[in-house]
Amino acid sequence: MKRIAVAGNPNSGKTCVFNNLTGSNQRVGNYAGVTVEYTEGYSQFGGEKVKVIDLPGTYSLTAYSQEEVVARDFIINEKPDVVINVLDASNFERNLYLTTQLLELNVPLVLVLNMYDIAEKKGIVIDTELLGQILGVKVVKSIANKREGMDDIKAACLETIMTDLKPKALSYPHEINKVIPSILDAVKAVPEITKKYNPLWFTIKLLEDDDIIVKSLKNYTNCKEIEEEVARAKSYLLNHSDVDGNTAVVEARYAFAAGAYREVVKTPKEEIKMLTNIADSIVCHKFFGWVILAAVIYSMFQFVFEISSELQWIPVGVNKWTSPVGLFEMGFEYIASFANGITTPWLNSLIVDGIIGGIGGVMGFIPLIFFMFLFLSILEDSGYIARMAFVLDRILRSFGLQGKSILALIISGGIPGGCAVPGIMATRTLREEKDRLITILVAPFMNCGAKMPVYGILIAAFFPNKRGLMLTILFLLSWVFALTSAIIIRKFIVKGEQTPFVMELPLYHMPTLRGVMMDTGNRTWMYIKKAATVILAINIILWAMMYYPRNDASIFINERANATQNIIEKMNKSEYASIITKDNISNVVEAYNNARGDELTPKQYKKLFEDMNSSLPSQAAMNFSEYIGKLTNLANKQAQAQLSNSIAGRLGTALAPVSKYAGFDWRDNIALIGGFAAKEVIVSTLGTAYSMGTVDVEETTSLREQLQKDKSWSPLRAFAMMIFVMVYAPCFVTIAAIKKETGSWKWAFFSMGYNTMVGLVLAITIYQVGGLF
Amino acid sequence: MNNPKKLSEAKEGEVVTVSKITGSSAIKQRLMDMGIVRGSEIRIVRYAPLNDPMHIIVKGYSLAIRVSEANMIEIK
Repeated sequence: MKRIAVAGNPNSGKTCVFNNLTGSNQRVGNYAGVTVEYTEGYSQFGGEKVKVIDLPGTYSLTAYSQEEVVARDFIINEKPDVVINVLDASNFERNLYLTTQLLELNVPLVLVLNMYDIAEKKGIVIDTELLGQILGVKVVKSIANKREGMDDIKAACLETIMTDLKPKALSYPHEINKVIPSILDAVKAVPEITKKYNPLWFTIKLLEDDDIIVKSLKNYTNCKEIEEEVARAKSYLLNHSDVDGNTAVVEARYAFAAGAYREVVKTPKEEIKMLTNIADSIVCHKFFGWVILAAVIYSMFQFVFEISSELQWIPVGVNKWTSPVGLFEMGFEYIASFANGITTPWLNSLIVDGIIGGIGGVMGFIPLIFFMFLFLSILEDSGYIARMAFVLDRILRSFGLQGKSILALIISGGIPGGCAVPGIMATRTLREEKDRLITILVAPFMNCGAKMPVYGILIAAFFPNKRGLMLTILFLLSWVFALTSAIIIRKFIVKGEQTPFVMELPLYHMPTLRGVMMDTGNRTWMYIKKAATVILAINIILWAMMYYPRNDASIFINERANATQNIIEKMNKSEYASIITKDNISNVVEAYNNARGDELTPKQYKKLFEDMNSSLPSQAAMNFSEYIGKLTNLANKQAQAQLSNSIAGRLGTALAPVSKYAGFDWRDNIALIGGFAAKEVIVSTLGTAYSMGTVDVEETTSLREQLQKDKSWSPLRAFAMMIFVMVYAPCFVTIAAIKKETGSWKWAFFSMGYNTMVGLVLAITIYQVGGLF
Repeated sequence: MNNPKKLSEAKEGEVVTVSKITGSSAIKQRLMDMGIVRGSEIRIVRYAPLNDPMHIIVKGYSLAIRVSEANMIEIK
């Protein structure tokens, strides 16, 4: 099958051309070992099926960025049949710089002058015919966002393949031409090089001081001569033209591009004021810039979280509505209900809590991620993100981050209630790798929605009159910790100079629905595919940690049997014996026995109690309520005993000698270990650990009262706990996202260890220093 | 001899020509890839609200460049 690669500058409409060629028939993948994504798809070129590969958008093909290395390696190693080079016709002199490097690679090339309508609007006239003659390639015009010119592109590709059209060689200035032959001869003498590379390209790269190519020399024998020739050539250039090899080559390419541009383009004398200039004077204004920025950030946050989880806008029956997240939850509850037929307790728990819970946990994030990518894609396409970075860069840079980091931080919970998973994925708009890595690592400090219930219950219990104040403090502290951590990480861990920040401010333009939807769909699907396996596996491990080893439950079974015997006797002896039918009692007993014996949950007891209560006279009801209270109590105690004996429980106990300095006992530790699955789990696990039964996140009164009564708890301990929850190891869905976005487990583990250490240090400091007063 | 003027010292609305690029090879390469080479004409459109980065136009393109990087571009 013929393979066509699409190359071009960012913002040239390259991806739009690619989308038009392939339609929805696409697949997103990762290049091995790097986080750079590529998209490939299939298309029909004149009745023949071809594979189309969208290379990363780059300005150049140097060795300095992953994207550029990926793009050029693909062209060199995979040898596509044609490379389509998409250029922004409205302004293509600098775009031609990439073209000169494609010409150097001597690959079959088709030039696409995209956004031709904008060029015409600007009054630019381009002689495409002449441009083709100069470069020795086919040149076509297109307006990709209106789907114009696609047939011409296909025809040009086919003709290029059919006629075996090879582009003309780039012509270099006199000085360079003078030094090339001696290096070229030395390169040609090494067959291992010529087998893999175009010798002229290799020569130019050596002259240019290309890191990868220069280092690759070590792999070949007989390279002494090449190195000597290169050194001689460089010193010649320095002596004769006062430039280093790199500058000489780059300037030669620009000179060629400028020459070609001047020959084929007629620009109007007067520059036409574009809408972009006017918009920029407002968007980057010293005052209005900030207002617009705040409005966009706020609406993004509202949009993502309101639409996906707050607003109930999906109909699920007569007058019943739910949110997308709610819909997914309902779906998984429905699936889980099938598993209730499984009576083997451990299998039931594995399937319901371990597997369905795990998959449900992954899927529950889909609406959030989808809407986040949707908004991001619109912002990115419109050109606003670059302006946002422009306005904010100065502030964030002082913390080792950059302007675009703000998006990831806000989505992660910079406005409380976000989520670090889509936040970390939002760092994809950052092209500078180090800045991106640091943003990813500090994003989990933000107050995500799952931390809020923990704050909620502790504030309600220990700071009941200072709710607003406490939430404000927690909000501010999360920013302080994230930004301070960014400085620390930049200084000690991700060292090295800050990546140069030279960013294009593209023209504003209307995003196309098609482009946005395809982009959003692809990215969301990538999340599902990549994250699902890891998350499911970890969830099963965590489930097992909290489920095994099983306790001997015989004490509890006996006590329950006694209680049941007791109530039956009491009832039979009482004055109500006549009105109470045997059924009433046996109902209780039967229900108790049926509902998986010792696995009856406190919730089920509560239901039982309510049923019985309504059908009994008061005295009998009281007896029953006492009985059911006793059963509930036993069940809670059993759950607590089980949890404390589990692997997680033992771990919690083992950690107690350390954690006590932060004020946490073994019960808190278990809850915090459980919180690694998802921070929502902290509250419910605390409930079990404090023998309160399973606590609903929505219904925490009992746990709150229990904590208030507990003498070992104090506002100080609660505060230390909240800070620890804010900072310690991110939940493992976030960990999986970090692994995926950084491309290595190293940073995922770093994040777990580093955050937990920082959390512990902070919590201990707070608890110890606070205890002095 | 006076120190040559830097891009970072240019004022809003000025049009200048690049005479030399200093700095490490990574920064130099990046600047050159973005079209900033000797002889390039640069128009300074505006400074960001906090006076850094700056918005410039090179070869018809709008670029945002930090003052620290603009400091490495000598102009005339």
